[in-house]
Amino acid sequence: MHMTADAREVSTSASGATATRDIYLPSERKIISGGGTPHVVAKDFSIYYGEFEAVKKVNADILSKYVTAIIGPSGCGKSTYLRAINRMNDLIPSCHTTGALLFDGEDIYGKFTDEVLLRKKIGMVFQKPNPFPKSIFDNIAYGPRLHGINDKKQLSEIVERSLRKAALWDEVSDRLDKNALGLSGGQQQRLCVARTLAVEPEILLLDEPTSALDPKATAKIEDLIQELRGSYTIMIVTHNMQQASRVSDYTMFFYEGVLVEYAPTAQLFTNPKDRMTEDYITGRFS
Amino acid sequence: MNLGTRKILDRSFTAVGFGSIAVMGIALLIVLVPIITNGVGSVFFTGTLEHRKMLFNEFGRGNTEELVKENAVSEVYRQQIYGMLSAFESELETMDAEKKQDYLSKYGPVKTALQTLIGPLPGEAEAILTRYKYGQTRWGKAEEKLHEFLYETKWDFSNPDAMSKEYFVSRATEFEGTSLVKLFPFVEEHLEDVLRPEFTVYWGFLTDSSVDSHIFGGIWPEIQGTFFLAVGAMLFAFPLGVIAAVYFTEYAREGFFNSILRSANSTLAGVPSIVFGLFGLAFFINTLKVSESKSVLAGSLTLAIMILPTIIRAAEEAILSVPKTYKEASLSLGSTKWNTIMTVILPAALPGIITGGVISLGRAAGETAPIIFTAAVSVGSAIGLADVFSSPTPALSWNIYNLASEHEAAAEIRHVQYGMVLSLVSIVLLLNLSAILLRARISKKLKG
Ligand SMILES: Nc1ncnc2c1ncn2[C@@H]1O[C@H](COP(=O)(O)OP(=O)(O)OP(=O)(O)O)[C@@H](O)[C@H]1O
Ligand SMILES: [Mg+2]
Repeated sequence: MHMTADAREVSTSASGATATRDIYLPSERKIISGGGTPHVVAKDFSIYYGEFEAVKKVNADILSKYVTAIIGPSGCGKSTYLRAINRMNDLIPSCHTTGALLFDGEDIYGKFTDEVLLRKKIGMVFQKPNPFPKSIFDNIAYGPRLHGINDKKQLSEIVERSLRKAALWDEVSDRLDKNALGLSGGQQQRLCVARTLAVEPEILLLDEPTSALDPKATAKIEDLIQELRGSYTIMIVTHNMQQASRVSDYTMFFYEGVLVEYAPTAQLFTNPKDRMTEDYITGRFS
Repeated sequence: MNLGTRKILDRSFTAVGFGSIAVMGIALLIVLVPIITNGVGSVFFTGTLEHRKMLFNEFGRGNTEELVKENAVSEVYRQQIYGMLSAFESELETMDAEKKQDYLSKYGPVKTALQTLIGPLPGEAEAILTRYKYGQTRWGKAEEKLHEFLYETKWDFSNPDAMSKEYFVSRATEFEGTSLVKLFPFVEEHLEDVLRPEFTVYWGFLTDSSVDSHIFGGIWPEIQGTFFLAVGAMLFAFPLGVIAAVYFTEYAREGFFNSILRSANSTLAGVPSIVFGLFGLAFFINTLKVSESKSVLAGSLTLAIMILPTIIRAAEEAILSVPKTYKEASLSLGSTKWNTIMTVILPAALPGIITGGVISLGRAAGETAPIIFTAAVSVGSAIGLADVFSSPTPALSWNIYNLASEHEAAAEIRHVQYGMVLSLVSIVLLLNLSAILLRARISKKLKG
């Protein structure tokens, strides 16, 4: 069962056909030109912690330049799936995978894949803001410097551009040399987004980016995601159903490691095809 | 347990805890106060003219004119003393043989005691050892020696059941009826005129070489040797230790080999230091032949092996305490593992690593056993930096031991020993203090 988040092909459909289809969006959302091609493709993709199968045989296309939300109860494998995409799971020795996960048609877990290069193209923002104990400038410049940019002027440009994209420039432009740990939680999280953007990734993975933030900071991050939509392929794990419906074009619902339903967000929330999805989004369990 | 008993238990525990800390504090005070007061006395003391003469002759220090003037004043009294001696010696010639023999046997010790007190007497062959060329250089010591000059120490063995008792006999009474009897009150009265005590600040104690194996002079060779040995040990152990810690924490896979390495490291940390000393001799000098015999290099290597486990452990702890999120952040930006370690993990772990390093440095500076066979000599001059590969060196820790136990004139130069102890304690405390400050500074920088 191959799932493509599509108006006409829903999770319950048995057909595995992947023809090009119209992209279903809620009326107020714009269709992104040049977007909508499969960017990350999972084929019978499973993730294990030792013997334990945390993510079970997922088949799904993540569409480029759109925002895809991942929802599901705690422990259902959302983070595991997300972290598999930029191979952050490599840090856990017991973790291994079966099946295939493709990025632009290349196997992420292929024998000759350079995970360092991969992570440069697939950036990640974590649940808890994790700026380095360095200055704001050095935080943003960290990635570009790694990748060989040492020219002071060029770095300054990158820092400013990234901070502007992350809607943080106005708040910190006068204290770039101050330690990043002195920023508020919300600012730190946007700094982390800016730091990720500075290496110019194609995909942005966000694992519950607002769960440690207050509503105001959360709103800013959500606005930011709207800003970035169309420029990056964005995947966001969230426990907040409103957030998922506000920011995402497509939504994946995981339950106990199984991708139960994957559909356009509006459709999944208004007209879920699966009983389990309905129970979850109506709050019958969590 | 009811509330009452719980409170009593809490309170008694507080009392016990507080009590033990207080006992420790007092013990520390009891140890430190004499070290500090006596140690300070090696630099600040009441020095005599003999001390100033010694400085002038051995180190070329002092004002010639003034010294000549002072010496002239002193000489006036000296001449009178010498006069009394020669008068008595002439008197001896007039006595019958038996009486003369009797007086001669008593006169010898008097001359020796006088010589110890004010320096060489006229008509004697020039002393070979520097220590016999001068009288007492410190007024405190001179007063002790004056007593020895005035009174003969005797032991009372009359009671066979008890320890023998010390008692003093005035020498003057023994020369009753001779011309020498005037000498004793004269010396007692005019010792200050002869030795001319004056408050002295002798910083040279820290920067001078020793003269005649620490009888005079300073402890610079020891201080420098300690510095060379400790820094040398650090040069080897610190990079190695940090690399090993990085390996253990970031690269080693959990397994049999790794757990063996870890327990070997823990065991090494508990090995007595004398074993390292012997190992150093057997391995670095006899087997590897890093130097022909004792050398700073061999000593540093031995100390390095000794402190390595501590450095590894401290660095490991520091690295493990770096939040995992830093590592994740760095890797997710496309950093290599090596880069992550160098640019994120090690900088964040630096305060802990430095603390461990400096504490080890203090330990390397203070240890005696590892350098006995590999690097330390009891007397020697300061060595040049180029000689560290081949020359042994004096060092504070070893020389403190040596002065306390093996030195032939240990009792005469306690102040030197205290000076060394205070220097060593200060060096170690200073190192630890700088570690604390450095740590605080880096932590502050990291916290923003
Ligand atoms: N390092 C690990 N070792 C072993 N099992 C793990 C590890 N990390 C996660 N798991 C297990 O894998 C499953 C999925 O975990 P995951 O963190 O992906 O869940 P999640 O959906 O992100 O949950 P949450 O919403 O609480 O973050 C859980 O059962 C969890 O216990
Ligand atoms: Mg999670």
